[in-house]
Amino acid sequence: MASVTAQPGSPLAQAMRDIRRQAGTYQGVWSWIATVDHKRIGLMYGVTAFTFFLAGGIEALVIRLQLAAPNGNVVGADQFNRLFTMHGTTMIFLVVMPLSAAFFNLLIPLMIGARDVAFPRLNAFSYWVFLAGGIFMNVSFFTGGNIFKGELGAPDGGWFGYAPLTLNAFSPGHGIDYWAFGLQILGVASMASGFNFIVTILNMRAPGMTLFKMPLFVWMTLVTSFLIVFAMPVIAVALFELLFARLYDATFFTTAAGGTPLLWQHMFWLFGHPEVYILILPAMGIVSEVLPTFSRKPLFGYPFVVFSGIAIGFMSWGVWAHHMYTVGLGPVANSAFGISTILIAVPTGVKIFNWMGTLWGGSIRMNTSLLFSVGFIAMFTIGGLTGVTHSMVPSDYQQQDTYYIVAHFHQVLFGGAILALFSGIYYWFPKFTGRLLSERLGQVHFWLTLIGFNLTFQPMMILGLLGMPRRIYSYSDGMGWDVWNMIATTGAFMIAASILVFMYNVVVSLRSKEEAGADPWDARTLEWTIPSPPPPYNFAEIPTVRHLDDFWHRKYAENEEGQLVPVVAGGANGEHASDGHGIHMPSPSVFPLIAAIGFPLLAFGFIYDYALVAVGAVFLLFGLYGWALEPATEEGEEGAH
Amino acid sequence: MSHVAADAGHLETSTGLDNRKLLMWLFLSSECLFFGSLIGTYLLYRGRSVGPPFPVDTEFNGVQYDGIYDIPFTSISSFVLLMSSVTMVLALAAIQRGDLRQLRIWLVTTALLGVTFLAGQAFEFTEFHNEGLSLSTNLFGTTFFVLTGFHGAHVSVGVLILLSLYVMSVRGHLPQEKSLNVELAGLYWHFVDIVWIVIFTLIYLIQ
Repeated sequence: MASVTAQPGSPLAQAMRDIRRQAGTYQGVWSWIATVDHKRIGLMYGVTAFTFFLAGGIEALVIRLQLAAPNGNVVGADQFNRLFTMHGTTMIFLVVMPLSAAFFNLLIPLMIGARDVAFPRLNAFSYWVFLAGGIFMNVSFFTGGNIFKGELGAPDGGWFGYAPLTLNAFSPGHGIDYWAFGLQILGVASMASGFNFIVTILNMRAPGMTLFKMPLFVWMTLVTSFLIVFAMPVIAVALFELLFARLYDATFFTTAAGGTPLLWQHMFWLFGHPEVYILILPAMGIVSEVLPTFSRKPLFGYPFVVFSGIAIGFMSWGVWAHHMYTVGLGPVANSAFGISTILIAVPTGVKIFNWMGTLWGGSIRMNTSLLFSVGFIAMFTIGGLTGVTHSMVPSDYQQQDTYYIVAHFHQVLFGGAILALFSGIYYWFPKFTGRLLSERLGQVHFWLTLIGFNLTFQPMMILGLLGMPRRIYSYSDGMGWDVWNMIATTGAFMIAASILVFMYNVVVSLRSKEEAGADPWDARTLEWTIPSPPPPYNFAEIPTVRHLDDFWHRKYAENEEGQLVPVVAGGANGEHASDGHGIHMPSPSVFPLIAAIGFPLLAFGFIYDYALVAVGAVFLLFGLYGWALEPATEEGEEGAH
Repeated sequence: MSHVAADAGHLETSTGLDNRKLLMWLFLSSECLFFGSLIGTYLLYRGRSVGPPFPVDTEFNGVQYDGIYDIPFTSISSFVLLMSSVTMVLALAAIQRGDLRQLRIWLVTTALLGVTFLAGQAFEFTEFHNEGLSLSTNLFGTTFFVLTGFHGAHVSVGVLILLSLYVMSVRGHLPQEKSLNVELAGLYWHFVDIVWIVIFTLIYLIQ
């Protein structure tokens, strides 16, 4: 909407024009604030999520210190509740989801041969809303009084916040309000990015890239994005119901008025189980890119892996009540959900065999990235199998709410998602920084992580089977739990040490002079055809795709004996000598940020003072209108909304 | 190829569908889950209120209570909202054939019909409140106000979009080539209408 400028006299329109004109001239930090470049947004997502990872990790360390020995007194029961609630909420919504989003942002346009996502400003909006939601959620720590006296205001209802325990009567203070509003805000960010990536993947593929020539990571992003846009509205409604109950005494969960606690549980887990796959499918996508590269073989059974991912996406909607076996849904419902839960292990198992098939007979390069991927396969398999053990209803009756459950989901979320995300970081770090991460430090990082992880979580399996309930803030001695708890705490600090090694690695590697080059791994997909770090416009010339793993086929052909032979000059980089001059990229914009600031203000307003609601609404509307009315591209061409 | 904008709202896309249109369809399909959850909650709690007022004539603890639904009134406001879909179609047809005067007439008409529906809802809420029904009275009050309230909020957003398009058109910023803007607003508007048909049928008519 190039010519859209409101009446020159209108001060509001004038303000919008000024903001717009200024955004184009930003330098340094400000250029990041106004950026709509998917690579920069991806890096911001990654750094922010890693910061929250440190926060959630410190919460975990305090929890482990408290439980290291019987009758711990590091924190009290109340603080303990708030710590494990924030640890779970942070790690899921502020770490694993946004770290996956970081990879979506960095990689999807490059992998499909596009210059950016379909809606660059919507993408910036996603990031700023995520940041606003994350900060908002953590502000709650400071609202309970004097934080130095241990008076924390953070939510205390556990990460699945079962109503009616989260109603005012049982959880006074504003902690749960922060939790519910915070998740709503983060939901907006996730939905916006879900829509954006579906449209990007379906609509922005380079010529020749049919759906079944897309890299597997792109497929998993597509499935994940569909899960996000369909699962988030369900939790949004549940959270609205909770908020109406807390703020305006609505009776959704009030048993005296006839309400049932099961309503929350059904809605939460109807969201919650697809959410589990929202967390793990991107990790599976990463591993499916790393393994072929370092085995120098195509992914074994590519269509099977794709269809398994799709099948997992569909089936994830039919298993939610396995979180609720013990609430008394009856034998028929429990059996049905038990069967569907056993079934969903099948496509997951298919993938594990495909990954092993990819490694089998490959020319394997055991570097850090591959180690993390192989670690993922092993740890995730244990996690998956323990999952199958509580798909069995009677067995689950024994395990419900014990440390066995805690061990299981950490086995899939840390042993699965986090290991795979680290694998991805080691793999793509050179692409976006131009520097390789140190291999020596990387191996130290990997082994510390793997050993620390197993020391932390395998003892929890035993603790669970010994009957230790989750979420207890202390235990007396003589239960037979002492040794295992001490080992778990030791392991947790080993993981912390490994993270320090990783951070050190990032710092020294960034300072290194040695350049990684465009294609340091002899890799297979399009992002490796362009320089590291990629120019803002990604591809000087949009590539034409002929094969799955197109870049590999440009570099290698098979001779008559089926052996690989390099194609002469096939992998030559910079096949496009153009300097990108004349490519119009989307203009920077601060309107997404302005709109995003509105959300926490709205939430503060509903919690404390309605005047702030008005301020938040002004920010939101001003941001959205400024955004809708500004031209999307540099030269004022017509652009998207 | 290199002289093409990256922001591809107007580029040829892999599927041939416009980016913004695809986005709108995805958004609306996601909204189905949103309203589905709200309607599901209402249906779960239907007839489970442990005290008056009740939506329909009910005998409770040996006392006969009159229902507070006013079906004829709500039928009329539902009809008004349905008619607004017709005028929305006329607005889109007008801009597609380049008749900007008619476009503005039908945009305003659609918005006015939407406002009429909202006024009807405000009247209904007030009446119910006078009958003693609030958000916290019973399960009926809770589920009814939250469900229809969220629908009303969606209609309000729709009215805001329609009026914004009207202002754009008056200022000459909505030429025939930008008919997609009206089409997208129309998709949203029709969706909100359809949701109301479902709500009206399931919540008011079928008891």
